[in-house]
Amino acid sequence: MRYLPLTDADRKAMLGKIGVTNTDALFATVPKDKLLGSLLDLPKGKSELAVERSMGRLAAQNTPAGSVPFFVGAGAYKHHLPASVDHLIQRSEFLTSYTPYQPEIAQGTLQYLFEFQSQVGQLTHMEVANASMYDGSTAAAEAVLMAHRLSKRRRALLAGNLHPHYRETIATVSSMSGDEILAAPPAPAGSEELAHLIDNTVSCVVVQTPDFYGHLHDLNALAERAHAVGALLIAVFTEVVSLGAIEPPGAMGADIVVGEGQSIGNALSFGGPYVGLFATRQKYLRQMPGRLCGETVDKEGRRGFVLTLSTREQHIRREKATSNICTNSGLCVLAFTIHMSLLGEAGLRRLALLNHANAVALAELLVKVPGVELLNETFFNEFTIRVPGKAADVIERLAAKGVLGGVPVSRLEPDRAELADLIVVAATEVNTEEDRVAYAKALREVLEC
Amino acid sequence: MLNRQGRPTTPGETVASAPDSFSGNRALAIEEGLIFEIGRVDTTGVDIEVPPSFAARLGKLARRAPLGLPGLSEPETMRHYVRLSQKNYGIDTGLFPLGSCTMKHNPRLNEGMARLPGFGDIHPLQPLSTVPGAVALIAELARWLRELTGMAVVAMTPKAGAHGELCGMMAIKAALAARREHRSVVLVPESAHGTNPATAALLGYRVVSVPARADGTVDAEEIRKRLSSDVAAIMLTNPNTCGLFERDVVAIAEAVHAAGAYFYADGANFNAIVGKVRPGDLGVDAMHINLHKTFSTPHGGGGPGAGPVALSAALAPFLPLPYTIVDAHSIGYVEHAGRPAQPVADRSMVSSLSAAQADRSGDAGSAGGVAPPAAPQAADRADAGAKPLGRMCAFHGQMGMYVRALAYMLSHGSDGMRQASEDAVLNANYVRNSLADLMSAPFGDQLCMHEALFDDHWLEGTGITTLDFAKAMIDEGYHPMTIYFPLVVHGAMLIEPTESESKESLDRFIASLRKLAAAARGGEVARFREAPRYAPRRRLDETKAAREPRLRWTAAQERQQAAE
Repeated sequence: MRYLPLTDADRKAMLGKIGVTNTDALFATVPKDKLLGSLLDLPKGKSELAVERSMGRLAAQNTPAGSVPFFVGAGAYKHHLPASVDHLIQRSEFLTSYTPYQPEIAQGTLQYLFEFQSQVGQLTHMEVANASMYDGSTAAAEAVLMAHRLSKRRRALLAGNLHPHYRETIATVSSMSGDEILAAPPAPAGSEELAHLIDNTVSCVVVQTPDFYGHLHDLNALAERAHAVGALLIAVFTEVVSLGAIEPPGAMGADIVVGEGQSIGNALSFGGPYVGLFATRQKYLRQMPGRLCGETVDKEGRRGFVLTLSTREQHIRREKATSNICTNSGLCVLAFTIHMSLLGEAGLRRLALLNHANAVALAELLVKVPGVELLNETFFNEFTIRVPGKAADVIERLAAKGVLGGVPVSRLEPDRAELADLIVVAATEVNTEEDRVAYAKALREVLEC
Repeated sequence: MLNRQGRPTTPGETVASAPDSFSGNRALAIEEGLIFEIGRVDTTGVDIEVPPSFAARLGKLARRAPLGLPGLSEPETMRHYVRLSQKNYGIDTGLFPLGSCTMKHNPRLNEGMARLPGFGDIHPLQPLSTVPGAVALIAELARWLRELTGMAVVAMTPKAGAHGELCGMMAIKAALAARREHRSVVLVPESAHGTNPATAALLGYRVVSVPARADGTVDAEEIRKRLSSDVAAIMLTNPNTCGLFERDVVAIAEAVHAAGAYFYADGANFNAIVGKVRPGDLGVDAMHINLHKTFSTPHGGGGPGAGPVALSAALAPFLPLPYTIVDAHSIGYVEHAGRPAQPVADRSMVSSLSAAQADRSGDAGSAGGVAPPAAPQAADRADAGAKPLGRMCAFHGQMGMYVRALAYMLSHGSDGMRQASEDAVLNANYVRNSLADLMSAPFGDQLCMHEALFDDHWLEGTGITTLDFAKAMIDEGYHPMTIYFPLVVHGAMLIEPTESESKESLDRFIASLRKLAAAARGGEVARFREAPRYAPRRRLDETKAAREPRLRWTAAQERQQAAE
């Protein structure tokens, strides 16, 4: 086995040193009748070449985003990834290290965590950010739990245009922890009245912008209303590139900002691993979940970084911890930080502008297709169209024509017949004019026949 | 000596005390500022076209708040992050015996497989008809994990070990609710990982600790004493965090089940027993599997992980969404409760992965082996009566980690995985045995599983702590072991060498530790208290970090620095 350095001679010598005659003796504490006498019913080991061959065949069954005109978003986005990012994150010292428990030999990891926390703070316009959560959806669930702790209330109000998977993730935890959620119905046309649902029994209002259907929201009034009754405003985003173009939640009164960071630095990878961003106000720091990296000095007075405020965390506080999270998204954080450092403010603004421009151009083309209606007044790089008939069928027929044209809302909301004719469409910098024309042409053909 | 061009070819005489460098750099160890100090807001390392002018659709929400994000050109970016990487210790640097973390070799084949466009560049919500290979891979990995654990189904989506714990404990809570029972207590041994009590508490359970007996394992009698109709579950790590197999595990499982409770196993230490014993055969109802530990999807500086949870038949109906269903011919996918599976792929798609034959060159005895009769192809789950928990997260879980884990499993095969566990246990015992005369073991001289535990009893009176000893290991070129965990052992040092170390590597490690131990016993206090001397940083002031939290760079900070 190419990964195992011990030889049979080594094994024999080592067993002798330990003072046992065979390997079985090392497993003497396992009940004899439970010890497996033979190999499990699984294939034996394969060479690198053989694994490449069979996994390559499996991969070839899938249609990569980069191989077709591609407009699928709804929480994960196809962006161009600079080659240097993937090269750097595969440096052994990053890839094969672990949580920086020994800071003297983990300053590389700790410094990029500090850079990440700083970048997330700047992007969201918030005071403190943690060193990441698993992804946007689990970050949202943690934000709700944090709001419950802060408000000592146990009822969360979820906006109807929150990503349905985020709503369901929050609902799963809430139903099991005995908390309550009040989820408003979807409002695909964009205008959603939430203020009347906010009262002093609510711990938080969870609202997404740009929302699941692509609409942008000014959160100021909602924040004011929430604060007036002692509730927190939790702002969610699924497309972090939008923050290069639109007003950040931190500048609109949000108390906790969570979001998905996949777009910067991370591949689509069928939904994971991604990186959850989590930022809040300084005054709520002690109730924050997850790891935090802080600046300090070493014995010689040189600046260095350590994990800090661990008294919030499970390995110290056990059942009194603010969260059970341990391993987070380290390497995805690194990819995010490197890509963001490459972009800088100038690059991010330009990237955001190009995304918006491509989405506007696409929307203008698609609304010219007979029968297609655009639901959005405002949007960033994603919008919703209404098509005649079932959106899921339209998407399948587009796929048959080699165009991946978006997400039928019914994929996520199958029980709401009123949403069955809606498609959420995303455009990013990867789309060309030819892609857009191909989409409009294919959509016209699909809707005509 | 000079060569003909006048270039010295041998080092000159050593000067007694070398001066510090002007820059603060030490040759390859180069000081590196924060991106916020070296970057510029008008610089970018990505060329992006500027679109022709168009009518924006941002309403009144165009960004007004400042961004203040520095950028770098590509060469500067490379240098910045390469220099940071050089301040890190990884498995590829050297032996990394961090107990309970299973820092084994990360095969680069797996990285390559995860980056195949057919896996890395597919979107979670593109039509299922365009990703049959992805769904088939998830089903196939679930099948391997079922076989390795001997459990009924595997919940694939949890994103890390602690998330898996949450999922498993939620399944237990849901099963109790389905029985119309409300139970409020979860039993957790004192030696457990902190995530166990934290998870139980998150679900509203009261945690009751169970002490260990003198040999470091849990006594079934202590469990029985605490069991009642109010106990929902026990959360037991096996092998436990002291590196010992819980020899009463079967009796514990029986007692727990007799009380109507469930048995949650923390799978953090699965690497000791893969292919040797199956948790399902021990009576486990739920166990998470840390793919980044046991199956070597890299640790990546603290994630991403993946924490699929194997569930027993009793808990199978509560499998979270989404999940695969496999029958004799096809692989289906369920994304919503109460809706039928959508057929996605033909089973033949994974047949080349399932064929039980070896094609590793030189693997005598199985070359050209004939595949045994197909195993009974039970459906992934009996879908009738399904009461799925709901979603643990958006989309389908950690696909990138699934690909790496499956590549690991295919490479090892049933034979290689069993050998890996045996080697992991052998290596740990070899280290334990080779240090036992100098260091003290809290539970006496007994065999261990895949990690060897020592305490600080042997350091008493030396003035040297476990922390000092660990820091001195850094100077010797090693990553320290896990220290001060498990909490039940004073000054714990938990060494997990993994199967990735050669005998020669272990011998060098043992020799280093023996010299250090002898130095400690010999009273060389300064060597330890001053350590590390040769790392990129000396010991860091953690108290200052916590008392005056500085958690990000700010513009104000920069102004202050400029003023100084």
